[in-house]
Amino acid sequence: MADAPKRTPLYDLHVELGGKMVDFAGWEMPVQYPLGIMGEHKQCREKAALFDVSHMGQVILKGDNVGEKLEALCPQAFSTLKEGKARYGFFTNESGGIMDDLIVSNAGDHFFIVVNASMWHQDIPHMAAHLDGVEVTEIFDRALVAVQGPKAEDVVGALCPAARDLKFMETTVAEISGVSCRVSRLGYTGEDGYEISIPEDKAEDVTRALLADENCEPAGLGARDSLRLEAGLCLYGSDIDTETSPIEASLIWAIQKRRREEGGFPGAERIQREIAEGPARRLVGIRPEGRAPARHGVEVQAEDGSTIGAITSGGFGPTAGGPVAMGYVASAHAEPGTRVNLMIRGKAQPAEVVALPFVQQNYKR
Amino acid sequence: MSTYFSEDHEWIKVEGDTATLGITAHAAEQLGEIVYVEQKETGESFGKSDEIGVVESVKAASEIYAPVDGEIIEVNGSLADSPATLSESPEADGWLYKIKLSNTDQLSELMDLDAYKAFIA
Repeated sequence: MADAPKRTPLYDLHVELGGKMVDFAGWEMPVQYPLGIMGEHKQCREKAALFDVSHMGQVILKGDNVGEKLEALCPQAFSTLKEGKARYGFFTNESGGIMDDLIVSNAGDHFFIVVNASMWHQDIPHMAAHLDGVEVTEIFDRALVAVQGPKAEDVVGALCPAARDLKFMETTVAEISGVSCRVSRLGYTGEDGYEISIPEDKAEDVTRALLADENCEPAGLGARDSLRLEAGLCLYGSDIDTETSPIEASLIWAIQKRRREEGGFPGAERIQREIAEGPARRLVGIRPEGRAPARHGVEVQAEDGSTIGAITSGGFGPTAGGPVAMGYVASAHAEPGTRVNLMIRGKAQPAEVVALPFVQQNYKR
Repeated sequence: MSTYFSEDHEWIKVEGDTATLGITAHAAEQLGEIVYVEQKETGESFGKSDEIGVVESVKAASEIYAPVDGEIIEVNGSLADSPATLSESPEADGWLYKIKLSNTDQLSELMDLDAYKAFIA
């Protein structure tokens, strides 16, 4: 990438807090702070951690029947998404692969969506070209901060009482330290928590106020990745991409019943066929028996030595207390309990297919 | 007894024709918290620049390359169960191997502490 990496409104704060800055999807982001990835991970599982996710693309969609129009691009039931509710979804392509995943919120007079940092350059023109009569506006002047963990409600609620009233996948506009923010109860760690969209000129003030709570510490992209992996949440570009269908990726839960039956989204033919007949391969949890982490690209073999798939995400799970991984395996080998071998540096390491997630999700339903 | 450093961030502490070998504190700090160490076995011979192990942090896997030719005469087996020792004490308790040097002339191609400090500065 020729362009210099971009900086979020919280860049100076990251540096002040000792963040180790790395280039991620064209942004200069903290991979960790002095607490370290392991400590930040545990902080999030036990108390509360704050992540700068301002690199993600925040977009406003305005127009008539936005939810209905989005259904032409995504297999989710967005036309029935009620005001104040958020829903996970994805753009599919004509061959039933996934172009990106996203969170869609019905904000009343508009829809608010958040897409991956690495994909907004594709998603914005994609929506602009296909959503007739919808104004697609990317927000460049707001930070996005995630506060995640069992203490997140106390940390955010102390400054923003309205946050306590939200349930998982609900969103509202509320003041934090006198600043009007969009507060949504969701995240990417498997824990209870919030994502908070803040005007950029107030982002540092609000973030400092949240971090002033003794239960809240900053966490970087390293912990964000190990947390989402343990929670069994897909990373776009690693676990899901333009080749993988949502059925293969075990994301059928994110396609509502009406859409499964009616179709009418890109790639419906393949997706409906896989719903009916089962996919040829499935994304599963894989737990290595030894201590060696199995990372993206590691070959998965059946016990007879035949190749049955590959790891798409893997590493060390601090809460799981050992290596954890996700990957695609042929459906015949996808049942939890199936024994497989992982070819790590040429050696077969025994592992087992397990149900996801690796740690219990603690959402406030 | 003297200690040498490689551009691949290993240290090697030499006593006669044997030596103790590990990764430098700088390397350990760059890697972050170490969660897995893969080591060769006693008796294995290796040439300079051969891969003689892998260190994995939460973030990534990094190969360890031999700074000289030699043979492994002892493996620090405690790292298999407590890889964190490598993060906490890379230049003492977190040593990787004791080796027998096959070509002591190769030591002159390595750096001393001052040169290594300048190298990582």
